[in-house]
Amino acid sequence: MKKLVIDEEFCKGCGLCVIACPLELITVGTKVNKQGYPLAQISDANQVKCTACSACARMCPDAAISVYLPKKD
Amino acid sequence: MADSMITVFERPHSLKPVPSHFCSGCHHGTVHRLVAEALDQLELQQQTIGIASVGCSVLLYEYFDIDVVEAPHGRAPAVATGVKRVHPDSIVFTYQGDGDLAAIGTAEIIHAANRGEHLTVIFVNNTTYGMTGGQMAPTSLGGQVTTTTPYGRDLETDGNPIRMAELLALLDGTHFSARVSVDAPRRVAQAGKVIHKAFEMQKNRAGFAFVEVLAACPTNWGLSALDANERISQEMMPCFPLGTFKDLSGAQG
Repeated sequence: MKKLVIDEEFCKGCGLCVIACPLELITVGTKVNKQGYPLAQISDANQVKCTACSACARMCPDAAISVYLPKKD
Repeated sequence: MADSMITVFERPHSLKPVPSHFCSGCHHGTVHRLVAEALDQLELQQQTIGIASVGCSVLLYEYFDIDVVEAPHGRAPAVATGVKRVHPDSIVFTYQGDGDLAAIGTAEIIHAANRGEHLTVIFVNNTTYGMTGGQMAPTSLGGQVTTTTPYGRDLETDGNPIRMAELLALLDGTHFSARVSVDAPRRVAQAGKVIHKAFEMQKNRAGFAFVEVLAACPTNWGLSALDANERISQEMMPCFPLGTFKDLSGAQG
């Protein structure tokens, strides 16, 4: 269950989400998109730690990040 | 997304699902999103007409899923005046940069504000001419190196950075004037609230609303995206203080 979905087509690897995350869960990796930008990424382990605060999504200039939370039963 | 998930944050519907031409770390995209979020929240998408200016923001008709008129350089407030008077039930906003609004378009913005036109103006101040290659703008800071001030802006010969939010707040026709920034998550949230208010005021037929947004231009500042973001609080905010300089929305009940 991914809380954070980063759209690889929109991401430009600026790193503003990296400094926005209070838990430092996001990194800019080596994988590039078709425009040649390195992509922001979050590991599966960090997906679990993510609190869905949306600070990264607010900072993203390209609206590349969507944030979801699992429904509580 | 699966039904078992709650959406916390998604790209606003008023923004088309296309990648932008903006440079990596450029804040135009953030401001676009905040405007689109305000249109979504106030359910104004179907009745909004945007007026694009000249500069990097010229292509906003490619990104907003609304009707857009492209105005000649600096003349967006004049075009917006015409559009609003012909379509008084529409929500009309201009989206202008500092080279457009504070230089060639100074007369248009001042008189549109002074007439109290029922417009919302989004002013993106990045202290330079972005699209044309980083020339000095009226908002460039003292000592700022640009392609036309290679030794830094000399305040004695080149003039001083112009503070549009304070200047327009002095006019009787202006109902709302504020300056916000988008360099940190909490300030982006604050900027979103102010932009939302500026559109809400027009929805309530309150009058001229002006929002200046401090933004980064990493490419023309010659900085990385993160360093450019840092420069906003380090260098721009001492010259361009954040705040609301005029707000008559309460006075109108």
